[in-house]
Amino acid sequence: MSDAAISEPNSTLVDDWSADKQAYHVPWGKAMMWIFLVSDTFIFTSFLTGYLHVRLSTTEPWPLQSEIFALSFGGDPIPLILIAIMTFILITSSGTMALAVNFGYRRDKQKTFWFMAATAAFGASFVGMQVFEWSKLILEEGVRPWGNPFGASQFGSVFFMITGFHGLHVTAGVIYLLTVAFKVKKGHYDKKGYEIVEIAGLYWHFVDLVWVFIFAFFYLL
Amino acid sequence: MAYVPLADQDSEMEMHHPHSWVTKYVWSQDHKVIAIQYGGLAIAVGVVALILSLLMRMQLGFPETFDLIDPSSYYQSVTMHGMIMVVYMLTALLLGGFGNYLIPLMCGARDMVFPFLNMLSVWVYALSVIILLSSFFVGGGPTGAGWTLYPPQTALAGTPGHDMGIVLMLLSLAVFVVAFTMGGLNYVTTVLQYRCRGLTMMRLPLTVWGIFIATILGLFAFPALLVSAIMMLFDLLLGTSFFMPAVIESGTPLDHNGGSPILFQHLFWFFGHPEVYIVALPAFGLVSDVLSTHARKNIFGYRMMVWAIIAIGGLSFVVWAHHMYVSGMHPYFGFFFATTTLIIAVPTALKVYNWVLTLWEGDIRLNAPMYFAIGFIFTFIHGGLTGLFLGNVVIDLPLSDTYFVVAHFHMVMGVSPVLVIFAALYHWFPKVSGRMFHEGMAKAHFWITFLGTYAIYLPMHYLGFLGVPRRYYAMGSTDFIPESAQDLNAAITIAALIVGAAQILFFINIFWSLRNGKAAGPNPWGSASLEWQTPDTPPKHGNWGDELPTVYRWAYDYSVPGAQEDFIPQNVPDGDEPAADEQHFDSDHGVSKAGA
Repeated sequence: MSDAAISEPNSTLVDDWSADKQAYHVPWGKAMMWIFLVSDTFIFTSFLTGYLHVRLSTTEPWPLQSEIFALSFGGDPIPLILIAIMTFILITSSGTMALAVNFGYRRDKQKTFWFMAATAAFGASFVGMQVFEWSKLILEEGVRPWGNPFGASQFGSVFFMITGFHGLHVTAGVIYLLTVAFKVKKGHYDKKGYEIVEIAGLYWHFVDLVWVFIFAFFYLL
Repeated sequence: MAYVPLADQDSEMEMHHPHSWVTKYVWSQDHKVIAIQYGGLAIAVGVVALILSLLMRMQLGFPETFDLIDPSSYYQSVTMHGMIMVVYMLTALLLGGFGNYLIPLMCGARDMVFPFLNMLSVWVYALSVIILLSSFFVGGGPTGAGWTLYPPQTALAGTPGHDMGIVLMLLSLAVFVVAFTMGGLNYVTTVLQYRCRGLTMMRLPLTVWGIFIATILGLFAFPALLVSAIMMLFDLLLGTSFFMPAVIESGTPLDHNGGSPILFQHLFWFFGHPEVYIVALPAFGLVSDVLSTHARKNIFGYRMMVWAIIAIGGLSFVVWAHHMYVSGMHPYFGFFFATTTLIIAVPTALKVYNWVLTLWEGDIRLNAPMYFAIGFIFTFIHGGLTGLFLGNVVIDLPLSDTYFVVAHFHMVMGVSPVLVIFAALYHWFPKVSGRMFHEGMAKAHFWITFLGTYAIYLPMHYLGFLGVPRRYYAMGSTDFIPESAQDLNAAITIAALIVGAAQILFFINIFWSLRNGKAAGPNPWGSASLEWQTPDTPPKHGNWGDELPTVYRWAYDYSVPGAQEDFIPQNVPDGDEPAADEQHFDSDHGVSKAGA
């Protein structure tokens, strides 16, 4: 997000790549994170493609997600309500992350720390709700990776694999954010600069974006 | 937000200096030590795979004579030979070994951008090798499903290693992908962000270009392998049905249904075909530099060579299903993939022409690395031409799963990269060790290996046309295979044993030369590229002493008219050089106007 500020006014993409300087006007850590995220995109794309493929190849009907992922608060069941709350929380956490990046570049250590901690807390509550969702499906509904009472066994397999892999990403992100946040608080980056906050932010926004695709392809489709 | 470009930063920035023997040679963060660790481990595991192939050949050549292996261990040898050679040997050696050693030196950098991650990469790779080799010692042994690991047969009781072996294989592959990603991120970012002053992308030696693009392919292709490994592990361990359809095994239905074996084939080959180029592109780059240096000529058509590497890299992602012509896919699908497959031959052929034109009227110095490099042009043309047969659906169908396929891919991605690896090992050995190797022994090694590979693989094409199927433990007696095919098989086995034994020459040469080779000096080949201009040979930690080099030209200024020697190193400024003939050399663009 600060690329434009760093780039020279007249430098074009071709100028950058043909010059005797770095291809991107960013610290190497940021370039490396971008490349990693593109690579990670291929992992999630493979997962989602595999999911769409087995959904077509399976011989049994695909369960209705809106019924399975519904919670009732006293009255009628509300479809996908938990997933909606989880999505809302994760997108909110992207907002607090963006604020943390902004305060990082202003070298406001206290606010950076607290916004990063808030982001991590949102992330942790997302994982907590996922644990609730999993335990409800496993213990109450009897959904297993190898089968479920609603229809195609691949439903459970895909659900646990993809949300599990994404949940691992969120958990890793929470640990990463907290590590960076405490280092920020201690003034560890005063000399090196606060790009690390933005690099952690890139990862966090990516995890958030992946969730949007999982939400669209798995829960809504 | 003042940002200091890396080339201007303090030379002591974030360098991790070794303090003890352990941090210098074991947990080292120096890219050169990591390269040797990667390369040594890859070669060691490659020797295991070589021995497995010799066991297979003994069985095929003399079926009744040796009782070394039974049908199960034959399939296990086939599988482990293929997987080790492609992934754990070639990929690790070319990217982890040569990539680690040459990228920072050729880019004029002190190290990779993230040395700690680089160190983790090599040790996680070592872990993946340990997991892989441990499958030899578990009950049931390693998997015998063939290196493509196609389900459902990988998981069925008839396949050797269907319980523990396949699980360890998939686990090891997943760990390898993690190791590769950690190294690969370093290689790509180092090339993009860590080049020294004056070193534009279009002045990089082709070695760096080849490894750079191959690493990008790896970062995009290995995820598909990781995902297919995870999904198959779930099928095996959790009883899911991603790849397993309803199967009746010995009269009992298994607990799977509705999975798609074809999905695995697509995921596997979406990794598997770029993998061919992950191995080939670094080899293309390395051989370009060896040919140019020893022909004392600039590489012909440098820009074309770079764009060909990029084009091949891009195209390699849209050809994967040509491995699946017999899987029963839609004919139009086959038509599409046959077309893209034949299109990829265009940039590849272009590279071959440019190598030949680099040799044309060169001042060729026929030393051992050059022998191997020229040998590569031969084997690569042969392997490439048989690729035209197999790329066409109608010709592929009858040849599929015969020895023709075995001969094709061994020529094009077995022997060819291996010849380049030997060329490169001999070429850069003086820089790595500071000593020269024994020239005569290296040439003997070349002739036995080069002629031997033809003795092995040319007859295999013929066997393929006869219809001899691959992956068979024994041919038995059939109507369509003449008995003389067995004589041919015996001859192939004898050639293979000789070639296998001849590789000992290489190891004797390396270990003898490390002690007794004559001192090489900093630049024994008179090479213009940056890695030969280091202040110390072998280069010390940090590579460049006090000051990073500055680059003024491309890496191919050979036979420059009027130059003191016949070449000008990359880091010699324009003013210091004796006036170069303007008509022949345009240093601003790094392109020779006169061409050949």
